[in-house]
Amino acid sequence: MTSTTAAPRGADGLAPARPGPTDAPHAPSPLATSLGFVARKLGLFALTLWAAVTVNFLLPRLMPGTPADAALAKLAQNGPVSEATKAAIEAQLGVPTGNIFEQYLAYLHQVITLDFGISYTFYPQSVGELVSAALPYTLVLVGLVTVVAFILGTLLGVLAAWKRGTWLDSVPTLVGSFMSAFPYFWTALLLLFFAGHVLRLFPTSGAYGPTAEPNLSFEFLGDALYHGVLPALTILITSLGGWILGMRNTMISTLGDDYVTFAEANGLKPRTIALRYAARNAILPNLTSFGLALGGVVGGSILVEQVFGYPGIGYLLFNAVTNQDYPLMQALFLMITVSVLIANFLVDILYGVLDPRTRR
Amino acid sequence: MTTSLPPTTAAIRAPITSIDAAASPWKVVLRVASTVWSNGKARIGLVMLAVFILLAIFAPLIAPYGARETGFERSADGSAAHWLGTTAAGEDVLSQLLYGAQISIFVGLVAGLLSTVIAVLIGLSWGYVRGFGADVINFVVNLFLVIPGLPLMIVIAAYLSGGGIGMIIVVVVITGWAWGARVLRSQTQSLRSRDFVTAAVFSGERPFRIVFREILPNMTSLIVGNFFGAATAAILAEAGLEFLGLGDSTVVSWGTMLFWAQNSNALLTGQWALLFAPGLCIALLATSLTLINFGVDGISNPRLREGTKK
Repeated sequence: MTSTTAAPRGADGLAPARPGPTDAPHAPSPLATSLGFVARKLGLFALTLWAAVTVNFLLPRLMPGTPADAALAKLAQNGPVSEATKAAIEAQLGVPTGNIFEQYLAYLHQVITLDFGISYTFYPQSVGELVSAALPYTLVLVGLVTVVAFILGTLLGVLAAWKRGTWLDSVPTLVGSFMSAFPYFWTALLLLFFAGHVLRLFPTSGAYGPTAEPNLSFEFLGDALYHGVLPALTILITSLGGWILGMRNTMISTLGDDYVTFAEANGLKPRTIALRYAARNAILPNLTSFGLALGGVVGGSILVEQVFGYPGIGYLLFNAVTNQDYPLMQALFLMITVSVLIANFLVDILYGVLDPRTRR
Repeated sequence: MTTSLPPTTAAIRAPITSIDAAASPWKVVLRVASTVWSNGKARIGLVMLAVFILLAIFAPLIAPYGARETGFERSADGSAAHWLGTTAAGEDVLSQLLYGAQISIFVGLVAGLLSTVIAVLIGLSWGYVRGFGADVINFVVNLFLVIPGLPLMIVIAAYLSGGGIGMIIVVVVITGWAWGARVLRSQTQSLRSRDFVTAAVFSGERPFRIVFREILPNMTSLIVGNFFGAATAAILAEAGLEFLGLGDSTVVSWGTMLFWAQNSNALLTGQWALLFAPGLCIALLATSLTLINFGVDGISNPRLREGTKK
C-alpha cells in the first residue's frame, strides 16, 4: 500500500533483468554457502522465536480486561460477587504491576529461566513440572504419527498421480478429501465409541493403565503403546488425506514438465521416471507444507487428547482453559508455538540439504 | 448456485489467459461457474452444498420440533417420533441437526468471506510493494502461518470467554487469513512483471488502481478457491471450539451438540446417532466445499482439469 514514487516505479517496470546474488560472477565455496544458509536460517529462527514470545506476552494485554476480570465476570453470571471475593480473586490472579516495559522484562526473565510460576488448577505443582510431565506424550504421539502420515500419504499421492484416471487415483483422492474434512474430535469420538466402548478392543482413556507407574520398562512402554493406538489412529486418519492431495497435485505438475517427457523419450522405465524424476522433484514443495501442516496436527491433537483423556500438552491446555488457569495456559501456548517453530526450522534446514537451489 | 448449467461446455475449455480485459464481470462469473460445474467432483460438491443451504434456510419448516424444545423422553434411541432419538436433556436430535446447519453455514460463509477479504487486501499489496515494507509483511504473515491456529484460537477464546458466534468468527478470521495472503502474494508477484502491468504503470495509473483493477481480476479463481478453503477451515474450527465448550454452549450447533453429547455420556448410553450425525454433517459440508475447489483448481491450472490427460 506504500505509494511508490514515479521514478522507481518506472525503473521497476523497465528492469526485468533481476540483478541478484544468483548472478554474482564469483561462486563462493559450497561450505561457505551452506554455513551462510544455516546462519541466515538461524537468525530468522531467533527473530521468529522472539516475535512468538512477544505475541504470547501481548495477547492477554490486548484482550479486554485482566484475567481477574474474566474470572469475576464468570462468577457474576451465577449471582452478585462480594467485595471480599473480588479482592481474593485479584490477589490470586495477580493484577499486573509496573509499566508495560517492566512487565515485559519480568516476562522475558520468566521465559529464559523457564519459571512460569505455580498452576492454579493443580496447586501446588509448578507450571514447569506439569508441562514437562505432559510434553513427552504429545511429542511422541504427534511426532511419530506425523512422520508415518507424511510417508504414507506421499506414497499414495505419487501412486494417484502416476495412475491418474484409474481407481488408484480416484479412490485415494475422494476418500482422502472426505477424511481430511472429518473433524478431529469426531473421528476420535467414533473410534472411542466403536473400538473402545462397543468392541472393547482398546482402553478408553489415559496414556497408561491405572496401576502403571511411568518408567522406561518394556512393560510400561507396551502399556503406553496400547493406550496410544486410538489417538494415533485418529490423527493418522484425519491428516492422511492432506498429504495425498498435496503430493498428487504437485506430482501432476511435475509429470507435465519437459524433463519427464525427455526421460520418457529416452525410454526409461515408467517406475524410474515416476520415482526418481517426477516424485523426487514434487516432494520438495510438499516438504515445505510439512512444517505448516504440523501446526494443524498439533491443534488437532488437542481435540484428540481431550476426547481420549490423553495426558499430553493438549489435554493440559484444555484443562487450563476451562479452569481459567492463565499461567499454565500461557506457558503451554508458548511451549506449543516454540515446538512448532523448532520443527519448522529443522524442516527448513532439511529442505536446504535436499534442494541446493535454496541454499543460495 | 446450481442453476448455472452452461448451454455448451466447449467454450470453457479455452485457456484462461486468452480472456480479453473487456469481458463483463457477469460473463466472467458465468464462465467461472460453468468451468466449476463441468468438473464431476465439483458438481457433486455444489449439489451437496445446495442441499445443506436449503435445509438450513427451511429448517423451521422441515424440523419436526423446535431446536430447544424439551420435554421428550431423555436419551431415547431412534423411533418414529424421533428419527435420530433424543438428547440427554430431552430434545429432538433431528431438529437440532437441521437448525445446527444454520450456524455452521453462517460461520463458514462470513468467516470465509472476511478471511478472504483480508487475504486479498494484504496479499495483493504485499505482492506489489518491494523493499522494507514487503519484508515486514513477510515476517508478520510467516509468523501467523507458523503459530499453530487452534491453540491460538483456544487461548484467544479463553480470554474473550462467553462471546458467542461473533467471537468465534473473529477468532477464526484472525488465525485464518495468512495462508490466503501468501498464496495471493506469490501470484501477484508473478503477474506484476507482466507487460499489461508495465503498460498500466507507464500510462500513469496509481498503484492502488493497478493492484485492484488490473491485477486482481486475473486472480479470480485463486480468490474463489481461497474463499472455499477458508470457509472449510472456519467450519471445522468453529465446530472444534464449540466442542471444547469455548463458544456459547446454549446455541444449537453441530459443535455444541457433540459437546453436550460427550458431557452427558452419550458414549456410555450408546446413542450412536447423536454422536454420528452432527460430525457426519460437518464432514459432509466441509467435503462439499473441498470438492467444489477441485473444479476451482481447474480454472487456474488446466492440468488439473478433468478430462484433460497430460
